[in-house]
Amino acid sequence: MSDNENIILKDLNDDDLVEQMKDDLYDGMAAEVFEGTQILLDRGWDANLILSDALVEGMRIVGIDFRDGILFVPEVLQCAGAMKGGMGLLRPILAASGEKASTGKYVIGTVKGDIHDIGKNLVGMMLEGAGFEVIDLGINNPLENYLEAIDEHKPDILGMSALLTTTMPYMGVVIEELDKRGILKDLPVMVGGAPLNQEFADAINAHTYGRDAALSAELAKTIMGKNS
Amino acid sequence: MTRTVLSSATSEVVIGFDEPFVMIGERINPTGRKLLTAEMKKGDYSRVEKDTLAQVAAGAQMLDVNAGIPLADEPKILAETIQLVQSLTDAPLSIDSSIIEALEAGLAVYQGKALVNSTTAEEEVMERVLPLVKKYNAAVVAISNDETGISENPDERFEIAKLIVERAADHGIKREDVVVDPLVMPIGAVNSAGRDVFHLVRRLRTELKVNTTCGASNVGFGLPNRHAINNSFLPMVAQAGMTSAILNPLHDGLVPAIKAGDVLNGVDPNCAEWIKAYREPTPEGEGRGGRRRGRRRG
Repeated sequence: MSDNENIILKDLNDDDLVEQMKDDLYDGMAAEVFEGTQILLDRGWDANLILSDALVEGMRIVGIDFRDGILFVPEVLQCAGAMKGGMGLLRPILAASGEKASTGKYVIGTVKGDIHDIGKNLVGMMLEGAGFEVIDLGINNPLENYLEAIDEHKPDILGMSALLTTTMPYMGVVIEELDKRGILKDLPVMVGGAPLNQEFADAINAHTYGRDAALSAELAKTIMGKNS
Repeated sequence: MTRTVLSSATSEVVIGFDEPFVMIGERINPTGRKLLTAEMKKGDYSRVEKDTLAQVAAGAQMLDVNAGIPLADEPKILAETIQLVQSLTDAPLSIDSSIIEALEAGLAVYQGKALVNSTTAEEEVMERVLPLVKKYNAAVVAISNDETGISENPDERFEIAKLIVERAADHGIKREDVVVDPLVMPIGAVNSAGRDVFHLVRRLRTELKVNTTCGASNVGFGLPNRHAINNSFLPMVAQAGMTSAILNPLHDGLVPAIKAGDVLNGVDPNCAEWIKAYREPTPEGEGRGGRRRGRRRG
């Protein structure tokens, strides 16, 4: 589509509108994605269907190009911002319907003693893009925070981040404690952060090591059995 | 005029307001380097050796040494690495670990006055690192965050830096031996990161009167051609008052960018370092091909 073409979203048929929304998402156009979401709702679309066919599918393409080094961090942040616009409309509807709407529930947080959050936030955004409901515990989380969040939100996956060699062993502490309490067998734990590697993830008995944000979202989907 | 003097057994480097920008080579660090990690863990330091020589040859005046390997004996590896590096170069070192035992092991074998990298304003960290800095008469990098994280507000980060400088003084460490890291966030994720740091560095220099450093290589994280972002960032932040940085001197164009910054900021008297680095002598000229004797007068 040419850049100068003035597109009136509400004049598009459903298929063209969904395609346009994916393009707009890719371009990080928050207002347009919001408007498209509203139009589909007005046309009687199911909130779940809008989420999966327009937003999540759009973000899937963003994720591919992010992984392949075609899109860059500031662009992906804009895409995530655009997705948030649409989600703002859908979330209350999904919550009210009581249906299990998301790909899964994901609790994520940086571990105790560690205040790094940029990488963790990127993972969170990619997960939301993949249709996960993400509960972000922020930075500097002791064991109790994870336990409380698991208790309260009953997540499908727990993700922990650490950017320091001193704080990464704490992930092992949390995993061990989850094991002791019998939680670990039903809760896959993903770990990530610059100083980590597969060897470390294996040593602390983590379920999955996420090397970068795009890959982590893919791996999380695989855990949920939602990857082709 | 704040001068932070670092030394090895035989050589001295000054980080200071009227000194050339001090480049601290970052390469001796296993984080994210698979081969180096595997080798260092086995006690094979051949890559450390190469990294040492290459960085000094490229222009680094100091080297940062980090042995942060998961599930390894970091104190032992760090001490061994330091001894090896000191046997290869007289550049002073920055001893880099977040594990207190590793810092102590490194300081115990270090010859000269080291830069300890680092403390934050977290109570527990300060109270463990600062006594060590004092005991070994070292200088210390002070990272401007506390238990609550990294403030987005540079003026709050200024207050945190000030707190560390004051605490260091309580431990008998002079202001000039505290080098503040104002924290450079990736510009791709935090769009005001550059502006914020320029503002903060100016305040640190004029109000707190401390030297400054930063890990420079992350500013371009997540962007294409990220090294070009670095190469522009460093002379800019030097102009704002930064006096050193931990960086990769092997990256294309970075050392010339910093040396040019020195010339333009007026800390390379008579452009002597610049000319020395980049003069192209004619092999068969009638003159002396620029070979000045450098004899001291009087």
